[in-house]
Amino acid sequence: MKELSLHILDVAENGISAGADRIRIEVLEDRRDNRLTLKIADNGKGIPTDQIDRAIDPFYTSRTTRRVGLGLSFLDAAAVRCGGHMRIQSDLGKGTEIVAEFVHDHIDRAPLGDMIGTMITLIMGSPTIDFEYRHQVDDDEFMLDTREIKESFGGRPVTDPQVFQYVMTTLRASEKRLAEKG
Amino acid sequence: MAKLTVDDLKRIKEKTAKETSLREGAAKIKVTVHMGTCGIAAGAREVMNALMDEMAQTDRQDIRVVASGCMGMCSSEPNVTVEMEGEEPIVYQHMTANKMRQVFHRHVLEGEVQTDFALAKM
Repeated sequence: MKELSLHILDVAENGISAGADRIRIEVLEDRRDNRLTLKIADNGKGIPTDQIDRAIDPFYTSRTTRRVGLGLSFLDAAAVRCGGHMRIQSDLGKGTEIVAEFVHDHIDRAPLGDMIGTMITLIMGSPTIDFEYRHQVDDDEFMLDTREIKESFGGRPVTDPQVFQYVMTTLRASEKRLAEKG
Repeated sequence: MAKLTVDDLKRIKEKTAKETSLREGAAKIKVTVHMGTCGIAAGAREVMNALMDEMAQTDRQDIRVVASGCMGMCSSEPNVTVEMEGEEPIVYQHMTANKMRQVFHRHVLEGEVQTDFALAKM
């Protein structure tokens, strides 16, 4: 994947396929420690213990439409390539959390890329699912929670033009602010 | 940018509630962007963002956009399926942001299947 934000989109889509109705995405950039951590947590059906180790095997997949499963294998490879690693924590029936760590300034680390595009695709492509997004750069951070936003708009859906506009504007302004710091 | 508070949001809500109606009527057209690993790696996110952009510019209430998983036709990704009430679903292949805009305007809005980009009828 050309951008880390594409890995995030991909892994979050796994959560949606796992029947989650709430997904938390965290991008933690700690430049003093030279670490970049991605966390994607869902409250979907979880991965059975015996399948967790196989999840990063590209030739293993729980799906039936094709014979390979590359999503987590790609993220794992990307993290390992950048002096980091990936962890899968899953409780059957409760959900799954994927944590991937990277050396922030590693020469092979793909850029974070278009996080706005990733979040908009997730939020608008699955409007019934609540997304919580946190992006932290050193001491500055930005948070967005679609459940709070929907409540503030009196329960209107994210596909409502005004709600969509608000989500878009907030994401753009905040990512710009964080990018200027970086 | 100053942090928006819940009160700010409420004010926006009150201001806009009167101006707009909900996009809730029954959807007659469904546009699916396939978002498996294969689709994402091939550029499905840019396709979806172009589609969202076009959606924001139309006031049609009967169109629903959804993201779904891989269909098993990874080599023709990004795939987009357009389903119109009473018609067979059309799967488009090798989509880009520009092709998506064309399909949205010509097929979704005007009902003219863009056979040049079509992979199959389902």
